[in-house]
Amino acid sequence: MSRNVSKRNVALYGLLCVLCTPFVFPTWWMVTSSMKPISEIFSESLLPSEWTFSTYETVFRMQPFGQQYWNSLYIAVVVTAGTMAVAALAGYAFARIRFPGQNALFVVVLTGLLIPSEVTIVPLFQMFQSLGMTNTHWPLIIVPVFGAPCVLAIFIMRQFFIALPPELEEAARMDGLGRAGIFYRIALPLSRPALGAVAIFTFLHSWNLYLEPIVYLSTPDMFTLPQALTQFVDIYGGPMWNVQLAAATMTAVPILVVFVVAQRQFIEGLAHTGVKG
Amino acid sequence: MTFWTYRRRDNLVGYLFVAPALLGSLAFVLVPLGMVGWYSLNEWNVLGGTFEFIGGENYARLLADEKLRDSLVATAWFAAGLVVLNLSLALLLAVLLNQKLRGTTLFRTLFFSPVLVSLVAWTLVWQLMLQPEGSVNGLLGVFRVDGPNWLRGETTAMVSVVVVQVIKNVGLNMVLFLAALQGVPAPLYEAAKIDGAGAWRRFRSITIPLISPTILLTSIITIVGSLQVFAQIAVLTQGGPGTSTTVLIYYLYQQAFQFHHFGYGATISVLLFVIVAALTLLQWQMRRKWVLHES
Repeated sequence: MSRNVSKRNVALYGLLCVLCTPFVFPTWWMVTSSMKPISEIFSESLLPSEWTFSTYETVFRMQPFGQQYWNSLYIAVVVTAGTMAVAALAGYAFARIRFPGQNALFVVVLTGLLIPSEVTIVPLFQMFQSLGMTNTHWPLIIVPVFGAPCVLAIFIMRQFFIALPPELEEAARMDGLGRAGIFYRIALPLSRPALGAVAIFTFLHSWNLYLEPIVYLSTPDMFTLPQALTQFVDIYGGPMWNVQLAAATMTAVPILVVFVVAQRQFIEGLAHTGVKG
Repeated sequence: MTFWTYRRRDNLVGYLFVAPALLGSLAFVLVPLGMVGWYSLNEWNVLGGTFEFIGGENYARLLADEKLRDSLVATAWFAAGLVVLNLSLALLLAVLLNQKLRGTTLFRTLFFSPVLVSLVAWTLVWQLMLQPEGSVNGLLGVFRVDGPNWLRGETTAMVSVVVVQVIKNVGLNMVLFLAALQGVPAPLYEAAKIDGAGAWRRFRSITIPLISPTILLTSIITIVGSLQVFAQIAVLTQGGPGTSTTVLIYYLYQQAFQFHHFGYGATISVLLFVIVAALTLLQWQMRRKWVLHES
């Protein structure tokens, strides 16, 4: 019996290790190849024959990479904070407050789920251009916070607040707390798991945005990271692969480290919301 | 009795709370959607500076556009390949990680990690690994297989784009499935075992029905998500070779922002909207019919 179990376990481990390769190897390869001389990029070796960090200097020499890093980071943080605020307020009101026209208004907001922001990219571009806001970060912030990308967050927050036991709020109301106070002091602190999940996927969405930056932004100092990564080319227009990989490594590794440190809350937060939403 | 009763104050707070979301929806979703509809009735070349009402001509052009037909075919293959591969792999991984085994947390972390690698970084890495002399063919060479030039063949390019995208994001669906599997009550399996049901039978008759809400949720997210995949195509294949990986959103980008045909671009947007809306509504309908239990 126990022999059968251990045989089965060995088979399972084997299978998991094989399946895991395409998930792990690219990241490994990205990090190590960024330190290889360009002649070794396509060599079979898993490690560089000589380690070079000059590619990392080249990244900063070729582009305002620090500025671009900051652009991506601050846009993602502002979008995340903004989305959390808008979604918590609207989600709470749609779940807990009764006001005339509520259902109709909820349907209006929900239409955002049917209309991904890519569908409206042409008129949005036109709109921001006429406001003189192309090649600024405004479109990358305002549209995600108030437009279609926020709707899923509103939906998740609403589902969460609906499931919250009403007794807590009634007790607070007896104690004379107004509606805004109930929201801020009672409901909002309790909604941390849902807010956490909203924060994670909003941050990742903004961090990975590509279509919008290449449509709206035109000068390197305004670029965000995904856009910057594709710009490392030599004077003949050929891609400088090891430099690209160095930049890609700097883009990916900090997030991966944060994830490994906080992975429990991270994954469980997402799973929790996924089941409820 | 004052004017500001609790009821009235409550209404006011409700309107104030939903105001940002509501105004945002109007300004950045509904009004632009109306504008897309209006633009699609006009010939509008940004470079030429022409804007002229042409009625349904863009739609006639849409129907006759062979590239658009190719693009719809590519979109359908991409979405179908992605959903089938993503959901079945996610479920397989979730079932494997749900076994009583040491170290599953480590494997869960590893399978999830590509979700967090910046999308363009991930795509660039795969672009290099898929070169004729890259790591993928290097690995195949170990097994004496002569690998193709992945990104230059029509079929292999499509396969590459799908697989790269699945590996990037399958971790999300895996986590959702894992949570669902852990919610299936263990006594059900024991009872079925006593009745003589084998592992496959238990999976089909207990697991699948009980996690059907999650299957539906993930398939909605994945299908609609597949229609929004842009960066991977733009970096890996630029829609090629030929038009083999020109999915609808990439075609929209080409027409509107590379060829500056805003009117025709808007017409393609209308088509994209119709497809997304139809798929979403269809899936909500299916939810009523097929999903076993709804909380």
